[in-house]
Amino acid sequence: MSSRPPSSSPAGDRAPAGDRSTSLARRSSRTGERVIIRGLFVCAVLSVAVTVGIVAVLLVDAFEFFREVSPLDFLTGTVWAPGAGAGEGGQYGVLPLLNGTLMIAVGSVVVGLPLGVLTAIFLSEYASDRVRGLLKPTLEVLAGIPTVVVGYFALQFITPDLLRPIFGEENVFIFNAAAGSIAVGLMIVPIIASISEDAMRAVPSSLREAAYGLGSTKRQVSLRVVVPAALSGIIASVILGVSRAVGETMAVTIAAGNTPTLTWNFFESIQTLTASIAQTVQGEAATGTVRYNALFALGLTLFVITLVMNIVSGRIVRRYRQVYS
Amino acid sequence: MSVTTGTLAPRALRRGATRSGVKILIDVAFAGLLFVGTITAVIALATLIWTILDAGWARLVGDPVGFLTNYVSRLPANAGIKAGLVGSAYLMVVTAVICFPVGVGAAVYLEEFAPRNRLTNFVESNISNLAGVPSVVYGLLGLGIFARFLRMGPSLLAGALTLAVMSLPVIIVAGREAIRAVPDSIREGAYALGATKWQLTRTQVLPAALPGTMTGTILALSRAIGETAPLLVIGLPVVIFTLPDDLRDPVSALPLLIFNWTSRPQPAFAEAAAAASIVLLALLLAMNAVAIFIRNRYTIRW
Repeated sequence: MSSRPPSSSPAGDRAPAGDRSTSLARRSSRTGERVIIRGLFVCAVLSVAVTVGIVAVLLVDAFEFFREVSPLDFLTGTVWAPGAGAGEGGQYGVLPLLNGTLMIAVGSVVVGLPLGVLTAIFLSEYASDRVRGLLKPTLEVLAGIPTVVVGYFALQFITPDLLRPIFGEENVFIFNAAAGSIAVGLMIVPIIASISEDAMRAVPSSLREAAYGLGSTKRQVSLRVVVPAALSGIIASVILGVSRAVGETMAVTIAAGNTPTLTWNFFESIQTLTASIAQTVQGEAATGTVRYNALFALGLTLFVITLVMNIVSGRIVRRYRQVYS
Repeated sequence: MSVTTGTLAPRALRRGATRSGVKILIDVAFAGLLFVGTITAVIALATLIWTILDAGWARLVGDPVGFLTNYVSRLPANAGIKAGLVGSAYLMVVTAVICFPVGVGAAVYLEEFAPRNRLTNFVESNISNLAGVPSVVYGLLGLGIFARFLRMGPSLLAGALTLAVMSLPVIIVAGREAIRAVPDSIREGAYALGATKWQLTRTQVLPAALPGTMTGTILALSRAIGETAPLLVIGLPVVIFTLPDDLRDPVSALPLLIFNWTSRPQPAFAEAAAAASIVLLALLLAMNAVAIFIRNRYTIRW
């Protein structure tokens, strides 16, 4: 309890400064301070430079890619078979990869949405402070597990010890979309749970009290008052969760496979946009080849999808914050 | 039901009675469902940790010194994580040195100095959008700009810059929250004593906001250290038998080793991957413990 430097007496070191300058005008025009403030401004604007850098890198090399492969072929092609060797030939249809990404997104929502929303209702409406105090850090730990470790878990546990015993060894591939979906679904539970819970706790207690006063039970208050009132926040949390699932790389690379196929069989091996990027960079694609430039076309696709989702989700969150404040 | 309802009680009341019985049952079932839903995530986490410990513990404690101090090997029994562990530590330090000052600077500017105008709004929405960009896209940024355009190659500096850029939005958000928690009475007191805005920021706001900012930074770094995709994309190596002497030297990282070993078919490499995962999880746990310690020990409650 001894060291609390910030609250040490504010008067001591400030006296000289007060003596030195007597007029307000002189003090505010100190050049040293202006330089510092300019430096702080540069720090803040650096984040804009990062965005510009991302967009520039993606656009420049994607443009190179689209000089070789027409955007129409890219967006409507049903075969993803990058050319080997010097990047000659090959088919660059993104649909199988989009299909794989969509499967993981849908599958992870099927897992993550019920678990996340049930957890949010439990934390917001049912749990005592002590239980909340135990559960919230646990969810944070789950959110903090490195994705490569979650991928290992999916490959070494979810497929062999969960999916195969239930659905049959011969039906479930070693690499399959279901294992990837469950793994990513678990990873988005903390996101959905924490944002949904925030939205539920933002619902004024007067609404709950009114419902209780009319004779509602806790379940009725939760399902008919709190959840509808927090619905926009819940939707925003799910969109953000889907955005995370779309951008997730390691767990799907390890567990869901690297086979770009147009399938909806969750027990087959698939390939997502992100996994395709990870596969290409492992295979020494030489700079400037079509295959190398395809990385950036895939990155651009991924960037646009996640950006749109994040913006939509952010808008919704901001709106519900306004409703009850 | 029809047997027990043949009594003298009026119909309406009887129906009410049975309904409330059903209602209680549904209420209990719903509470049970909530509990099961909540506990599933906890069980999944416990299963994950148990799976890793079960697969990797024997490998780790069988030869802890060899495992921590050997380089990678074709033979799983000789494979160690030295390059990954040291590489991750180097990456963490360099990343922190790059992103902490910039993140704090941006947070201070946005909270204390930024005028309320369209540029500030743009910068703010830009930062929140950056926080949602997938890590693999940051990898492409690192590959395109740091590794290739600036000719850093797959080096320690390129890796650290990529991780720093990725962590920046998180640190800025944490820093802003910590600065916002400093009450205005402190600022007004400093102004009343004749401090300029920068003197007030340097002597009052920054020291008071430091614990919160540090906590946020450590949490952001622990996320960065667990990241695989950006390092994979910029091409950091797994098979490497030297430690970096210089920022321009190539460097490996623990998650890259785990990914590489997980991808191999031999079960002995899966064990090594699990053992390396234990080390990584222990590292992250230690970092989180430090963050929580700083938060509890130094944060000022106004």
